Amino acid sequence: MKAIFLLAAILAAPPAFGQTKAKAQNVPEISYESVPGFLKLPANLYLGEGIGVATNSKGHVFVYTRSGDTRLFEFDQNGTFVRELGQGLYGFEFAHAVRVDRDDNIWAVDEGSNMVIKFTPDGRVAMVIGRRPEAVEGLVAATPGAPDPQPEPYVFSRPTDVGFDAAGNIFVTDGYGNSRVVKFDKNGRFMKQVGTKGNQPGQLNLPHTMAMDANGNVYVGDRSNARVQVFDNDLNFKTMYDNVGNPWAVCISPGPHQYLFVSNSIPDNGLAQYRDITGEIYKMELDGTIIGRFGKPGKQLGEFSTVHEIDCRNPNELFVAEITAWRVQKILLRPTSSAR
Amino acid sequence: MVRWFCFAAILATLLAPGTFQAPAPAEIAFDGSADFLKLPTDTYLGEVAGVATNSRGQLFVYTRSGNPTVGLGNSRLFAHGGSRLFEFDRNGTFVREIGQGIYAFLVAHAVRVDPQDNVWIVDEGSNQVVKFNADGRVLMILGRKPEAVSIRVPSPNPSAAPPSRGSSGAPGAGGAGDQFVRPSDVAFDSEGNIFVADGHGANARIAKFDRNGRFLLSWGSRGSDTGQFNVPHSIATDTQGNVYVADQGNKRIQVFDGKGGFKSQMTNVGVPHAVCVSGGAHQYLYSSHAGDQYGMDDAAIYKLELDGRVVAKFGTAGKQLKQFGLVNAIDCRTENSLYVGELTNWRVQKLTLHPGR
Repeated sequence: MKAIFLLAAILAAPPAFGQTKAKAQNVPEISYESVPGFLKLPANLYLGEGIGVATNSKGHVFVYTRSGDTRLFEFDQNGTFVRELGQGLYGFEFAHAVRVDRDDNIWAVDEGSNMVIKFTPDGRVAMVIGRRPEAVEGLVAATPGAPDPQPEPYVFSRPTDVGFDAAGNIFVTDGYGNSRVVKFDKNGRFMKQVGTKGNQPGQLNLPHTMAMDANGNVYVGDRSNARVQVFDNDLNFKTMYDNVGNPWAVCISPGPHQYLFVSNSIPDNGLAQYRDITGEIYKMELDGTIIGRFGKPGKQLGEFSTVHEIDCRNPNELFVAEITAWRVQKILLRPTSSAR
Repeated sequence: MVRWFCFAAILATLLAPGTFQAPAPAEIAFDGSADFLKLPTDTYLGEVAGVATNSRGQLFVYTRSGNPTVGLGNSRLFAHGGSRLFEFDRNGTFVREIGQGIYAFLVAHAVRVDPQDNVWIVDEGSNQVVKFNADGRVLMILGRKPEAVSIRVPSPNPSAAPPSRGSSGAPGAGGAGDQFVRPSDVAFDSEGNIFVADGHGANARIAKFDRNGRFLLSWGSRGSDTGQFNVPHSIATDTQGNVYVADQGNKRIQVFDGKGGFKSQMTNVGVPHAVCVSGGAHQYLYSSHAGDQYGMDDAAIYKLELDGRVVAKFGTAGKQLKQFGLVNAIDCRTENSLYVGELTNWRVQKLTLHPGR
């Protein structure tokens, strides 16, 4: 019987948060359907918790999952299994996000090893940012009440997501331990960071997910503060959207008219009191105007079981990874004139 | 909330920048290749702690790969996995893995090849030094792996040395001599004697064993005086049997005779992480400098005469080609064709030096 060495995740108390009902009311419903059985796995492979999903320019789908080990799978545009990437990788411990940049490099964010890993389209490691703690001295219990240490430029504390601007700069949300967004240049050199723990504008309480628009603005899902904060490319605070619940996953579609998707996911503890107030995904304009919403919590096809990442390369063909349903769904939106 | 002991924090205080000053040495022109090694599609390098060649030019890479794993026992946790040893041919083609699932592979720190082409690994997690023959079978073990992993409460005094996992008597005394605490490197003299740098932990010593693994003597204790060490991080010998110790925390390389007698020290090489003495009639000493704990701000490799005169230096810190992210190992069997293993860049670079260019 094996247990992964990073007991931190197992022993740590779950972060205290209260999931809230979105303030936005009377939001038009967008009709949608889920494509049954889209991803086809070989008989001896299984998905675990659906943590990350992203597509590349050819429509291939990358799924980062917490299975017996944390693993990264690639499927083609028809959902046929292609290969596994990063078998036994030093940085694969506890998946949190996968993203694909404009050059089709694949980026994995692992909150267990504190690593951000860039793979070439061939699946070889091109760059790593962060440093996994050395497994030398065993585990040390933290001192209760001790202040959080100052974040170090190249050391993450349970990082959550990654994004890229047109110049190739790299942005990392960090994360469960630190409360910051970090900007690196395309060669992985630290440039800037913003954020401390708190609820003031520019402060963060669990920056859980992020996306960037074509102008290089950074949209951070400030989950426990129940808001999306928008920063400019130099990480100056611009605005916030606090009417769409607790953002577990955000995504911005490409193209001339970009949309922002925000998931107010049902918490992974699945408590009944959240069932009627969470589980929906919002489609928004980048300025925060809500276009519509879709989805409800549940385990059936087309229902959402703690959405953890959204891919929206095509804004009408989404992929959503769900923690508690151990799956990735392909969602087809049917925008109407009343709710585009 | 539980968190790892973070060695980096201690390293940061040891490596406070701004104290190293030396006249700027000459630069050597060089080329770098980061894709010399060809791995199978399902095999990946992690942090490269060790790289070494044998007499036929084959490469051995000891890397922190996969996940260090604990098995749950009766009130105890048993650690294993976390490092792998790969062999490549002289063209960089993958040949095989050695020591799959072996008891000692936990946190890689060094691999070295002795004059008979035996392959030695040093593991700072299992506190063991393992000798493989050229066929990849185990010939000898030094040190013993701690049976179980302890979970400790943090010390109220963060500067206090962490309790050792090995049992080795009083710090620096060498204790029973046979046990290591986070050993870092191994070297050999022409008689086959074995020198182990020991290491990152409470011991701060060089231990000498005869060719049969019998403990002979050890020298050094924690401190900054001559003959003392603050993390003896890497070790190399020349053909005369002199021992070069990268005394990382003291920012110097100390030179000893084969019995531990202090001969000289070099204080003009920054913060030495890895040392190597080249082959050939005219031997050179290479030393990798890393002035920051991330391998992003301050790094170089120095080339020195064995008497300590700096010939030249080359390279900078970073993640790109010809940049160095915490070089933890240098192979310099051939003077102008080096292999360096990097911790923070998860790669082996092949460096070709052009001293006359």
